[in-house]
Amino acid sequence: MQVGLEVFLGLAAVLFSLGLYGAISKRSAVMVLMSLELMAVSVNINLVAFSRFLTPEVMTGQFFAIFTMVVSAAEIGLGLALVLAIYRQSRSIELAGLNRLKG
Amino acid sequence: MPETVNGVVFGILALASIGGAVAMLTSSNVIHAAFWLLEVMLAIAGLFLLLSAEFLALVQVLVYAGAVSVLMLFVIMLTLRRREDAVRTLDASLGAAVLALLFGAIVYVGVAASSFTLGPMPDEVPDIEALGTLLFSLDGGWVFPFELASLVLLVALVGAVWWSKEGDR
Repeated sequence: MQVGLEVFLGLAAVLFSLGLYGAISKRSAVMVLMSLELMAVSVNINLVAFSRFLTPEVMTGQFFAIFTMVVSAAEIGLGLALVLAIYRQSRSIELAGLNRLKG
Repeated sequence: MPETVNGVVFGILALASIGGAVAMLTSSNVIHAAFWLLEVMLAIAGLFLLLSAEFLALVQVLVYAGAVSVLMLFVIMLTLRRREDAVRTLDASLGAAVLALLFGAIVYVGVAASSFTLGPMPDEVPDIEALGTLLFSLDGGWVFPFELASLVLLVALVGAVWWSKEGDR
């Protein structure tokens, strides 16, 4: 069996779709953040696969993946801090309860 | 590495990551979902090894499997008042499923219509030393984005501490 670029792209697309489904459908803020992590990491698979198959000498995709990891680590830290702040205010992390700005 | 070994390893890792993601989305206990996410991250680190990206596999294990999962578990346990609160009803949504399927179909059509040179995996690949040299070289390297990334992390760290500290502001 030949493992080509397209199977990596397909796997990343499946993982991203699953993450998208979770990010939209879940009602717990922590579960939404987990789904966002799944989406970020599936993008990294794409970047590394492109780097391996198309530009293996300069490794541009690997460097892009490193910076994507930095941004997503920062995002998850801030997101979880935000979840803690919301919990302290309203004693709940259910997204359906966050409607105080609604007119 | 022989092609068959590559294919079998890819199949196992793909099954582990997709199965873990499905289990994460369908598990009714939030803590179990966090552990399934950890399993997905480890499988993806294996995929990076398959793609000869050893440094990224290491960073994946350290950052995602190590730091992010532990942080998730901490926040889950800090925001649960009783043990029973971890068990939730399954949040199923038809609209989200349709949207995710639509997205997957669009990506499939895009990849199928693209004109990448879909050849076999190139044999020669630079090692981790070349990656480090390229990352820290001044001309044509990535040292300036690297320093900028450390600044981003510092700002995020200060912001996270500021947001999550006790007291009124």
